[in-house]
Amino acid sequence: MPPFQTLLDDHAADVMGVLRGAVGRTDADDCFQETFLAALRAYPRLRDTSNLRGWLLTIAHRKAIDHHRANGRRPLPVGEVAEVGVSDPEPGDGIWEKVGALPPKQRAAVALRYGSDLPHAEIAAALGCSPEAARRSLHEGIKRLRKELA
Amino acid sequence: MKATLERLANRASDEGLLDVAYAMSDSPFGALLLAATPKGLVKLSLPGHDPEQALEDLAARISPRLLEAPARLDEARRELDLYFEGKLTEFDLPLDWQLSRDFRRRALRAIDRIPYGKTRSYTEIARSAGNERAVRAAGSACGSNPIPIVVPCHRVLRTGGALGGYGGGLPMKEALLKLEGVR
Repeated sequence: MPPFQTLLDDHAADVMGVLRGAVGRTDADDCFQETFLAALRAYPRLRDTSNLRGWLLTIAHRKAIDHHRANGRRPLPVGEVAEVGVSDPEPGDGIWEKVGALPPKQRAAVALRYGSDLPHAEIAAALGCSPEAARRSLHEGIKRLRKELA
Repeated sequence: MKATLERLANRASDEGLLDVAYAMSDSPFGALLLAATPKGLVKLSLPGHDPEQALEDLAARISPRLLEAPARLDEARRELDLYFEGKLTEFDLPLDWQLSRDFRRRALRAIDRIPYGKTRSYTEIARSAGNERAVRAAGSACGSNPIPIVVPCHRVLRTGGALGGYGGGLPMKEALLKLEGVR
């Protein structure tokens, strides 16, 4: 079993990328901590170490879903509301906000595909579904984004 | 990302999930790998030994919950720096002896009691460990010392004063003895 540090060395950037896509920049750090603490807790009992990346991304995905569920139950804190129109947000950030608003499966599929550049098979492994279902979630997610952005 | 990873190491440590913390430390001889469990310093790997291999070995023998966490090794690094400057003659670090057993552990504990600037023979170490005739075993206990420098196997010489061996190479052994004013 490799030292846990090698999991961080090899996959921390990808996990952070996925989480930034799924929950946004501000909350990604907290989800990142939760993801790796959960992984560290379970690691010595992990039987199959052949796809550590998929394993970590699965945990990250669950933590992102937990995060959204918790957020859904509490009102969004809003500071001051601007009275005049603000300039367009950075294109990347705006898109990820919309990705973040997708239903969980679609959001995760889009984040894994375009945030981490994962192939369909690995997205399926990370989501715990068939490659066909992963492809479908991705397709639905993209369709919805196109509609919203049009 | 650096701050994020530091935060993770601290939280892992607080939650009891960090079984082995490690850090690299500079020395006049090259980079040292230091590793500690919650009990204390468990491994010091000398220059010339592959740190990756040492980490894999620690993961297999102690726990795979192994993270780079320099803060946990600050005191060890501080004392080692002072030692190399000739300003520290006795380490005051908790040690974890779990990587050595039986005769070897007894031999290493005997070595740990050799004062700064003094030397002992392999035979004397064998005797202190409870078997005067086990001179070769005393030699291999030195060779397998998981925490060299801090557990000063460089202070063990052949009867008659020949250097014997050293995991970091004989020039390093000679330099450490010179630092301590032995030769």
